[in-house]
Amino acid sequence: MTSWINLQTSLDKIGYVASNDLAAALHISITLGRPLLLEGAAGVGKTEVARALATIQNTQLIRLQCYEGLDASQAIYEWNYQRQLLSIRAASEVGETGSTVETRIFSEDYLLERPLLKAIRQEKSPVLLIDEIDRADEEFEAYLLEVLSEFQITIPELGTITATSRPLVILTANGTRDLSDALRRRCIYAHIDYPNRQTELAILASRCPEIEARLGQQIIGFVQKLRQEELEKVPGVAEMLDFAAALAGLGIKDLTSDPAVLQATLATLLKTQADRAAVPIEVAARIAGKAA
Amino acid sequence: MSKVTRFSGSDPGSTARVSGFIAHLREHGFHLGVAETETALRALSCVNPIVPSEARLALKSVCAGSVEDSVQFDKLFDSFWMADGRVRHKVIQTKATAKLKDTKSTRTDETQSIAGEGSIQAPEDAKDGEDSYAEGTGKLVASKTQNLMKKDLRELVSAEDIRAAEQVAIRLGKALRDRRSRRRKVARKGTLIDLRRTIRQSLSTGGDPLHLAKRKRPDRPMKIVALCDVSGSMMHYARPFLAFLAGLIRADSASDAYLFHTRLVRITDALRDDDPLRALNRITLLADGFGGGSKIGANLQQFANGYARNFVDGRSVVIILSDGYDSDAAEVMGTALAKLKRRGCKIIWLNPLKGWKGYEPVAKGMAAALPYLDAFAAAATLADLAGLERTLERL
Repeated sequence: MTSWINLQTSLDKIGYVASNDLAAALHISITLGRPLLLEGAAGVGKTEVARALATIQNTQLIRLQCYEGLDASQAIYEWNYQRQLLSIRAASEVGETGSTVETRIFSEDYLLERPLLKAIRQEKSPVLLIDEIDRADEEFEAYLLEVLSEFQITIPELGTITATSRPLVILTANGTRDLSDALRRRCIYAHIDYPNRQTELAILASRCPEIEARLGQQIIGFVQKLRQEELEKVPGVAEMLDFAAALAGLGIKDLTSDPAVLQATLATLLKTQADRAAVPIEVAARIAGKAA
Repeated sequence: MSKVTRFSGSDPGSTARVSGFIAHLREHGFHLGVAETETALRALSCVNPIVPSEARLALKSVCAGSVEDSVQFDKLFDSFWMADGRVRHKVIQTKATAKLKDTKSTRTDETQSIAGEGSIQAPEDAKDGEDSYAEGTGKLVASKTQNLMKKDLRELVSAEDIRAAEQVAIRLGKALRDRRSRRRKVARKGTLIDLRRTIRQSLSTGGDPLHLAKRKRPDRPMKIVALCDVSGSMMHYARPFLAFLAGLIRADSASDAYLFHTRLVRITDALRDDDPLRALNRITLLADGFGGGSKIGANLQQFANGYARNFVDGRSVVIILSDGYDSDAAEVMGTALAKLKRRGCKIIWLNPLKGWKGYEPVAKGMAAALPYLDAFAAAATLADLAGLERTLERL
């Protein structure tokens, strides 16, 4: 009965530490075949969920990155125009009739699959990651709703293509704009927050096992303290791992030992000029001292 | 975690209880339909529903749709499922209701919340009112009383006004074109070649693309959503503004109009009436309490949480016609506008008082609103509105 805990454990094994909320939502979305909508700040590991899920399900990850102006030819399918042109040319040399040419150039050989079409035509259910859905415009959101409820795509020249297998759909959003209620209602929802101390320690331990426990404690303490400062761009989990890797690469055993090196490695955590200015060398050293 | 609610023996069963819970959520502002009840039941079958924490996770993932929802969900879950017995359950539930009303500032609760707030503003204004009356500011006191007397709008607006306003609204609508569209559509004269169509057409000419189909980025009209303050302090300006609203709705079928005083009323459908004067008549019936107090913050909040979810998107321009004298707390206005802004719309505030010499957005609410506005301009007459074309073009 507690199969979502199994899911949590298997995610844990491959290095993704999922909270109870997330694991339960993921399990429900897989069982019910509903898309999962993940929201949270940048860098908390939303995209990573899909990657981890694809790994444990031992299936393909198909990713669709959304942006403003994303349209059908980028998201679903497009005809291979160059091949079509060549084919028409070749046919006219041979003297083929119009209708046979037409059937040929509008066949599947001339179709370029884009992520959505590709996802519904796999033998084995893939994980379909629709990243940053809030960046796409409302028209695309509405179209997506249709694809996600019917799992079929209509190509005028070919007819309707029905899904051979239902992909596990994961949508991520980080609040560029509000999503429509219709989309929210169709999805299972989970909000991912910055991890707490224990969880983040576990993430660090599973991703960078070479880091010693004491330094690990210091790193997490430092990053968690830094998140409470007034920053433009709060460092996420990915930044924390970069920071840890940088420290390990420089052979540092203790955060407080060398403030200058600490300040240099902050480049992995603070990504804007204003944030760098907000945390000068003394402040960084003080935070490191408190964290230790 | 406290005890689990014990339901009485006559309780119809778990399915009914879950739908009862969904109804409980719905009462507290969750947008949930019948389909969600079914999904919730199926979700419960995925976990071990006997364990409260697991049931909570399952129901939460289905019912909550945003961060705010998740926080609220926990409280509502506790009040429904984790209370000790039926009686206490009821007590907790009413407590939650009171808390909710406080944050949402619905009508019934306002009388209490204003008691503290009003004493800061209203008496001061009233005192100032006497000596500033000569300067003509005496009418600017934000009043909280609901004016239940019906005022006939036909006395205020004539058919000619509406016709003139229609022209203004059409011109403003034209100025507001969204030029950001990145989608393309087929056009006779475009910048890019539409390969799909070109090849299709070339079939008839043996593969020679003689006719080039083109695509271009279309200009997209922005949708205007107008909210007009018709409280007592705005009565002087009601005439041009109402005519503008009527003109706007008649000129552009995508636009949307609302009136607010102590309540928010959607008047779009009434204004679509073929006969402009009959339309005004219908509004008179709708806008009960016209010329009464002003509750801008609460109304904007209600708008942001309600109508805006259906009618406002990234291609909307929200025009607020108000003097900003609010009897609600300033923070309410700030949070309401922040929420509205998150829908991606542009917000324009037209304030009849801005044109006055020496006017600064002194009203606390106005100051809280300023950071969220894309444009803040003066407008007291129809001519002023017509002059806004330039400002809107630049948006």
